[in-house]
Amino acid sequence: MLTYTLKRLLMAIPTLWIVITLSFFLMRIAPGGPFDGERKLPPEIEANLMAAYHLDESLPMQYLRYMGNLLQGDFGPSFKYKDFSVTELIAQGFPVSLELGFWAILLALLIGLPLGVIAAIRRNSAVDYAVMGTALAGIAVPNFVIAPILALVFGVLLAWLPAGGWNGGAWQNMVLPVIALAIQQIAYLARMMRASMIEVLGSHFIRTARAKGLSETKVILHHALRPALLPVLSYLGPAIAGIITGSVVIEQIFGIPGIGRYFVQAALNRDYTLVMGTVVFYGALIVLLNLVVDLLYSALDPQIRYDD
Amino acid sequence: MPMTTDSTPYSGKNLPAGSPNPPDRPVPVAGESLGREAWRRLKQNKAAMASLWLLMAITLACLVGPYLLPWGLAEVDWNAFNVPPTLEGDHYLGTDANGRDLLARTLHGGRVSLSVALVATLVSLVIGVLYGAIAGYLGGRTDNLMMRFVDIMYSLPFMFLVILLMVVFGRNILLIYAAIGAVEWLDMARIVRGQTLALKRREFVEAAHALGVSDRAIVMRHMIPNAIGPVIVYVTLTVPKVILLESFLSFLGLGVQEPLTSWGVLISEGSDMMESAPWMLLVPSVFLALTLFCLNFLGDGLRDALDPRTR
Repeated sequence: MLTYTLKRLLMAIPTLWIVITLSFFLMRIAPGGPFDGERKLPPEIEANLMAAYHLDESLPMQYLRYMGNLLQGDFGPSFKYKDFSVTELIAQGFPVSLELGFWAILLALLIGLPLGVIAAIRRNSAVDYAVMGTALAGIAVPNFVIAPILALVFGVLLAWLPAGGWNGGAWQNMVLPVIALAIQQIAYLARMMRASMIEVLGSHFIRTARAKGLSETKVILHHALRPALLPVLSYLGPAIAGIITGSVVIEQIFGIPGIGRYFVQAALNRDYTLVMGTVVFYGALIVLLNLVVDLLYSALDPQIRYDD
Repeated sequence: MPMTTDSTPYSGKNLPAGSPNPPDRPVPVAGESLGREAWRRLKQNKAAMASLWLLMAITLACLVGPYLLPWGLAEVDWNAFNVPPTLEGDHYLGTDANGRDLLARTLHGGRVSLSVALVATLVSLVIGVLYGAIAGYLGGRTDNLMMRFVDIMYSLPFMFLVILLMVVFGRNILLIYAAIGAVEWLDMARIVRGQTLALKRREFVEAAHALGVSDRAIVMRHMIPNAIGPVIVYVTLTVPKVILLESFLSFLGLGVQEPLTSWGVLISEGSDMMESAPWMLLVPSVFLALTLFCLNFLGDGLRDALDPRTR
């Protein structure tokens, strides 16, 4: 187990290195620079700026400098948000994104898993068809369609909840974006849970449990649930990645000051350091969360032993 | 046929009891090919067939429709700004704030979205099948190394790298094709590798080896036809992912550029105008959602039809 953890951590290093290196060089071969504005800067000022940001050094030198700073948690200064370092911007935006993502994942699990179990138990009934039909709709309708519609209906027409903004994280402001983020994952989780539950319910030990005369509730809760949860758990990694990616649009639509919004703004403004910083940060986050999910998975599944 | 050795001859197992020989469904003779059988099973799946028809209708509308409409993609009707959908006049689905016909724009956008879906899926298919087949067939250390690489690629936050790519190289449709295709090949490679590994040890492949069939012929005549089922299923599931990815990029303002449009671009424009002109959001959304819905249904249907376990 420990060896496996170490091995996975070691595997994460080349992955992160690829992310960093790829984004660094992509940014450097980009046509146009961060100081291309409406007004052309006088050459002396531009030269000074370039020197201040170390852009006048050779590329390998810049790369080494960036890597060195990164190891100290310094993502460099933002080119567009003057007076802010990328680290500061991420530190500002991340708690917001984290809160949003956390509730979305929780909601997805709390709704998606029971729905899948119910659909599996009532297989081929009206309930099953209703759940699976809705789930398919949840997959087919992307969140950037659901989000504006939610904002329009509940925010503008009914005016029950604010249609946007963050307001320091008031729960009213969180409801719509969390729902918009969670819907797709609810749908995926419900589908996976159903499929895995159906498979487990068809296995021999369930037949034995039933033959012993256990009540159906007991069979499902005590015997079927845990093995059925395992394959679904392995989907948690992609689900988290999906929520993180989704938060990019959702934050944009609802005007939430998280990292996702910074990221889009930075991408459109060509704020190179900020784009890169967010990519690296998200990359590290996804790699780490995947690792956590895998370890959790191995801890719960008795059939998996990472001894090698 | 190469697969006769491993496919159980059709025995009429899944015919309803009490109807030994229904007139509308002749009992096929033994040795029916896998493709034929899958097609027959697919035809019994009403949802999948309806999806197939609807998809063909949408594709046809996007291909032919723009020629039949009175309005072009960027043509401005100076007498009709922000007109809601109407059956009077010729803006059946209304116009946008610039007086451009929404139906024409949606169909043109569909061309772009569908073409991205097609090309990017093809790119991912080619890379994935080649990579997976080579890794699986060679096996050993090469396989190990190639799959390690896939593992590392898996954990890359691709969405963000694609966005980075769009920022750096500008919004170019060819780049979108390539970038999305390059993102989506990983699953395909894994599936094909798994299939190849499993097939390599099957008796009919061994028999072919023993008979002196060349490696190339074994791959072409035995491996690929047998691995194709899961690949087809996965392709139908990749297409909606790709469409979604493209609209996601377009929605963020990083997709195709004016005058081209796509469903994602239209949805993005529509969501800005949602309060005053909700149809601008709804029309492209319905087209996108319907297409994704149908593709998912078709994918599920194909999986059921091709999965030997459900036979």
